[in-house]
Amino acid sequence: MTLPKFEYFAPESLDEAQQLLLDQGVGAHLLAGGTDLLVKMNHGLLKPASVIALKHIKELEAITYDPKEGLKIGATALLADVAAHADIRKHYPAIAAGAHETANVQIRNMGTVAGNLCNAAPSADNAPTLLAMDAEVEIKSATGERRLPLDQFFKGPGQNALASGEILTAIHVPAPGSGEGVSYQHISARGKVDISAVCVGVMVHMAENGCDDVRIFLGAVAPVPMRAAKAEALVRGKQLTEETIEAAGIAAMEESQPITDVRSSADYRKKMVAVLTRRALAEARDRALKR
Amino acid sequence: MKHPIELKINGDIYSLAVDPWRTLNEVLREDLHLTGTKLGCGSGDCGACTVLVDGRSVSSCLTLALEVQGKEIQTVEGLAPSGDTLHPIQEAFVEKGAIQCGFCTSGMEMSAAYLLSQNSSPTEQEIREGLSGHLCRCTGYIQIVDAISDAAQKMKQS
Repeated sequence: MTLPKFEYFAPESLDEAQQLLLDQGVGAHLLAGGTDLLVKMNHGLLKPASVIALKHIKELEAITYDPKEGLKIGATALLADVAAHADIRKHYPAIAAGAHETANVQIRNMGTVAGNLCNAAPSADNAPTLLAMDAEVEIKSATGERRLPLDQFFKGPGQNALASGEILTAIHVPAPGSGEGVSYQHISARGKVDISAVCVGVMVHMAENGCDDVRIFLGAVAPVPMRAAKAEALVRGKQLTEETIEAAGIAAMEESQPITDVRSSADYRKKMVAVLTRRALAEARDRALKR
Repeated sequence: MKHPIELKINGDIYSLAVDPWRTLNEVLREDLHLTGTKLGCGSGDCGACTVLVDGRSVSSCLTLALEVQGKEIQTVEGLAPSGDTLHPIQEAFVEKGAIQCGFCTSGMEMSAAYLLSQNSSPTEQEIREGLSGHLCRCTGYIQIVDAISDAAQKMKQS
């Protein structure tokens, strides 16, 4: 098990990294935690000519929270640090849960939330909650920068919206408002350690006349994390009774498009979409009513 | 092209020239002959290669050697305080019969050391969660969980 040969660069500033990425061209690959990249290289799925390490760039590792601006998770912030961050646990418990329930202790001590998104696995544990919370990604290159809503970032299994020369530098999540509740639910074969067979992120906003806003995202049941629009339509404008939640679970199950693979059958995935959507809606509702 | 690096491992400093594509696991085992750290799955699932970097447990098979330059690395060889005294975690593994073939043991012990550095009196559930990134194909985990629980108590007493 030897990695293919490559050149290695460890820039200490973002400017330097962007210039390197430009100079090295299409054969260059960015390295954050390496927990996906090195596995792919080990298995011969990826042979980058050069690897540009991001963990030596101090400005990329920060996690900041502001009650007005919301949350900013830097590109190299570790899953373990996101999961343990006091402000994230308090104001974004579903984001903390997603990070905490990604893989195992060692991987969380190496891997990053941004890397989990860039790897663009349909099953990415951190995607559904961030999608439900309307997160945006901050993308920078030598020639400029842009913000992209996360729901436009995933292009297919392993495919993201980054163009050549671009670096995802941070994830921005709006400040949670009053009446808002978020939940993340997932299930996998090997306890919480294995890649999720199904994962669900839900955000609801509860007003006096019921749920006036909802976003439901399903992971590992389509080529990219998918929005369950039909389930949302059944919930929007309604009180979140057990009957409404049950109906939304069934709608999400019907609109999901899972495949059968080593982790689960399509049939089981569909059934779990219903169960996890119900659980997530109930928890998001309960959290919203507490705020 | 080889890069000159200094690695600080178990308090000793090693000056090496390393190709970029070599992992910390390869350098530990092949160059430095610190073979207590094992290589299992090569994909972060089995935990046999676990070492501590700046006090945090990581998979050495998924870590480039060049990425840990200047950091404090601890392997199972650095766990025991001396050549003839075992670390309380190692003692407990022996006493509780938590070792059979031994292949998973060094990784398990490093994760136990990390867990106990974060939480000096973990519950059984917390120990199991702390070991979730490890596979053992011999003992069935119960003796391993018992050993870590026992080590936690002894380390608190001393």
